Amino acid sequence: MKAVGAIAAALFAASAVFAAEIPQGQRRSGYSFMKPDTQAMQDEDTANPGMLWVLDGEALWKRKLGAADKACADCHDDARTSMKGVAARYPTFDKIAGRPIDLEQRINACRSNHQQAAPLAFESRELLALTAFVARQSQGAPIEAGGDPQLAPFVTRGRELYLQRQGQLNLACTNCHDDNWDKRLAGSAITQGHATGYPLYRLEWQSLGSLQRRLRACITGVRAQAYDYGAPELVELELYLMSRARGMPMEAPAVRP
Amino acid sequence: MASALINVPPKAKRGDIIEIKTLMSHIMETGYRHTASGEVVPRNIITSFTCRFNGAEIFRADLFPAISANPFMTFFTTATESGKFEFEWIGDQGFSETASASITVE
Repeated sequence: MKAVGAIAAALFAASAVFAAEIPQGQRRSGYSFMKPDTQAMQDEDTANPGMLWVLDGEALWKRKLGAADKACADCHDDARTSMKGVAARYPTFDKIAGRPIDLEQRINACRSNHQQAAPLAFESRELLALTAFVARQSQGAPIEAGGDPQLAPFVTRGRELYLQRQGQLNLACTNCHDDNWDKRLAGSAITQGHATGYPLYRLEWQSLGSLQRRLRACITGVRAQAYDYGAPELVELELYLMSRARGMPMEAPAVRP
Repeated sequence: MASALINVPPKAKRGDIIEIKTLMSHIMETGYRHTASGEVVPRNIITSFTCRFNGAEIFRADLFPAISANPFMTFFTTATESGKFEFEWIGDQGFSETASASITVE
């Protein structure tokens, strides 16, 4: 009976540890898990390949297009002031959609509604460039996403997804990124999964990529069927991750191994 | 939308050893990959990088398929006089890009 009690106590302790959120003071950006040479790559604008997309984005920002023959700059003027801190608030609640949308979806909504141009494909060079350029204006700003009370049910849904075991490996995000972030997986640091630097340049991708690309890769990694780009579930996950990282500084465009 | 990022110190003292850093936007497609239907993706890489200072070549590199996308090239040189660095990248499929940066040597 004593042994059963001990096992029950051990199980209780284990389940209490499981899904334990990382205390605020112990949160770490993926940056702190990297080697100094990769950190140096991110720190210096002329060594950070993500800046190539930012440069492209700056050119696109000023380009007139669509039936309206308008550039982003015609409404938003100088992004250095108008877009400062904006990316730190995304995903944000969209009144027309009645649900949260991420920065890529906002840019595409702006293209359709105000420029009357065709939306850009997810992960296309142009959409990544514009997103990187906008996100870059928030570099160093504290993440504020998820504060809007209208977003509360979507943050909850994102959190449920984050805690949901899935795939043939039957793993939830939390099993790695909350429970085992101090360990390594096949030689790579697991990290805490704070989405502070997106869109970011991954050396493995040899390209810039969005948070949705990262999430889809992780979902495929646990051998589950990934949601399509732009799926509500992915945006809810993005929203939860950003609200979980609230207060941490924006790094976009970050560099990761 | 090819573009280059160049880092050359704007000023240096005569005799200083300075570091020059260059980053060029390029996909560096190896030519060894296949599409889902089995066709080879044609090679598309930068094959040559050159740096000239006041017209004289000071650094040259040949690039090969194993070099990653967006090649980052960095090297050192001694600051002898004020002048202009000219960079040139040449590659497959008619790829050709140039950039330049000036330095004042006191």
